[in-house]
Amino acid sequence: MTGHTISRNRYFLIFAALIVLLVLTIFMAYVDLGPFNVIVAITIAIIKATLVILYFMHVRYSSRVTWVFVSAGFFWLLIMFTLTMSDIATRFTF
Amino acid sequence: MSTSGSENHTNYLNDGYGVKSWLLTTDHKRIAILYMISITLFFMIGGFFALVIRLTLLSPNGTLVSADTYNKMFTMHGVTMIFFFLIPSIPAVLGNFLVPMMIGARDLAFPKLNLLSWYIYVLGGIFTLSAMVLGGVDTGWTFYTPLSSGYSHTNVVPTVIGVFIVGFSSILTGLNFIVTIHKMRAPGLTWFRLPLFIWAHYATSVIQVLGTPVIAVTLALVGFERITGVGIFDPNIGGDPILFQHLFWFYSHPAVYIMVLPSMGIVSEVVTCFSQRKLFGYRQMAFASMAIAVFGFLVWGHHMFVSGQSVYAGMAFSALSFLVAIPSAVKVFNWTATLYKGTIRFNTPMLYAFGFIGLFTIGGLTGIVLATLPVDVHVHDTYFVIAHFHYIMVGGAVMGYMAGLHFWWPKITGKLYPEGLAKFSALTLFVGFNLTFFPQFILGYLGMPRRYHIYPPEFQVLNVLSTAGASILGLGYIIPFFYFMWSLRKGKVAGNNPWNAKGLEWLTTSPPPTFNFDKTPVVTEEAYAYPEEDLVGG
Repeated sequence: MTGHTISRNRYFLIFAALIVLLVLTIFMAYVDLGPFNVIVAITIAIIKATLVILYFMHVRYSSRVTWVFVSAGFFWLLIMFTLTMSDIATRFTF
Repeated sequence: MSTSGSENHTNYLNDGYGVKSWLLTTDHKRIAILYMISITLFFMIGGFFALVIRLTLLSPNGTLVSADTYNKMFTMHGVTMIFFFLIPSIPAVLGNFLVPMMIGARDLAFPKLNLLSWYIYVLGGIFTLSAMVLGGVDTGWTFYTPLSSGYSHTNVVPTVIGVFIVGFSSILTGLNFIVTIHKMRAPGLTWFRLPLFIWAHYATSVIQVLGTPVIAVTLALVGFERITGVGIFDPNIGGDPILFQHLFWFYSHPAVYIMVLPSMGIVSEVVTCFSQRKLFGYRQMAFASMAIAVFGFLVWGHHMFVSGQSVYAGMAFSALSFLVAIPSAVKVFNWTATLYKGTIRFNTPMLYAFGFIGLFTIGGLTGIVLATLPVDVHVHDTYFVIAHFHYIMVGGAVMGYMAGLHFWWPKITGKLYPEGLAKFSALTLFVGFNLTFFPQFILGYLGMPRRYHIYPPEFQVLNVLSTAGASILGLGYIIPFFYFMWSLRKGKVAGNNPWNAKGLEWLTTSPPPTFNFDKTPVVTEEAYAYPEEDLVGG
């Protein structure tokens, strides 16, 4: 940790952004975009998660080693999704 | 730095005697001892289940226990041995004791979290033991759905809760090691001066931290589906049972490396010490440990070739699985090359290390056989698989643990064990192990399936051989238990460095003082700086 402190206003700003994104998620659930509904919902979820990680979890102000481990966590998640989908997306026969 | 060899100096063992001084300790060495006692207890429980399995298989008719009881025996053997013995064995016992000492630190980065991890382990153990006492569980240690999530009428939920809980103990240990190794190395101890035991534990910790949450979530989902009836893995209610296998093996295949990587670290320490040689290819060995940790996460689908997984995914996983062989082979070749022109001493730790190298090689090569998709279809779920993974987990991981226990016992206790008896015991264990598990390769290849309590009569000779071997193997474990206990009272005083080994842990007293070093050591040389003879022209 670098000891960087985040101002209270910044926390409230992030909190407000999360609430807006939450309302947007609910709103978009009632708009029929076909297969794009899932994409929109996941995109909003990723933005929300990123805000939480960067600010509430202080990663934005953390050391490079912390960044490496956070990235590693997502890299491993990517491995899990990609290789699992290598099965689920190819369960067909010619 | 203190160099006194006296057993009367103030050390972590005589720094407080009450029960409270142990149960509330934050000393990594005492926590290691707490773990050692706990995992030994679970090893005995798991060993008892193995005994029932082997005794049942003496006869083709399965006369000792019923089919249902047999299902519970192999399930509880697997659950106990994997989650409560093998995974915590080296990291939580020897790693806990040695990681701070080897890097010249006073303790781990988070001593209270370290103690918490032991309490979490005990809590998880209580849940799982309760499930066993209440009637056991029969799903196999893999908890495959939909059997575990819907059909089994045994104690799945308490067992799963126990395994879920114990995972957090593993995560905390890994987290503690990562932070400690990054932040608390002694002055001069750069990354490429670290002993390979430390590299191995670093790689293991990465797996623990990144993999264990997945098994925790997966098992929580099994419990959730059982309790709420929401379809996640059960196809009757819209779930996908193969998804469970993906998530389960995403952790459980790398978990094999949680078991075996620390053993590899131990073998590197032992081989260098007992050949008085610098390790051949130090950097490759360090990178090989990290490569095993990463590649280990790319191969899980080789457990699922006949599960209904897409054949295209199967081919990809088969090809990726061969990758793990590369860093594993680098290690085996480098240990062997290290011996070249060494002054080899056949002390007990070295015998176990040799045992590891040979048995791990057999386990690894048969792993390649199993990773080959078409061959696996033939031998899947047969005793060939049982033999293979016992060569890795017992022949590899447990042999490594025994090597480490014997190597550092004088440091941990300040006492020497009887060397002759220990050598005899190591050889007994080696013979017993091979007699137990080698016949199982043949049985599996001939088609004997795993997880059945009856089998065709023509397989009886090999099964009797295997059970006979298991008795010898059991003896090989019991003898060390007694001479270790004996050595605590009657063993000769070890001195600080009885093996003439390199490494910071050997510079301090035996047993070490509470804060390991009187003065923080300064490192000025590479790891394994044993005096070298000129090899040119040799």
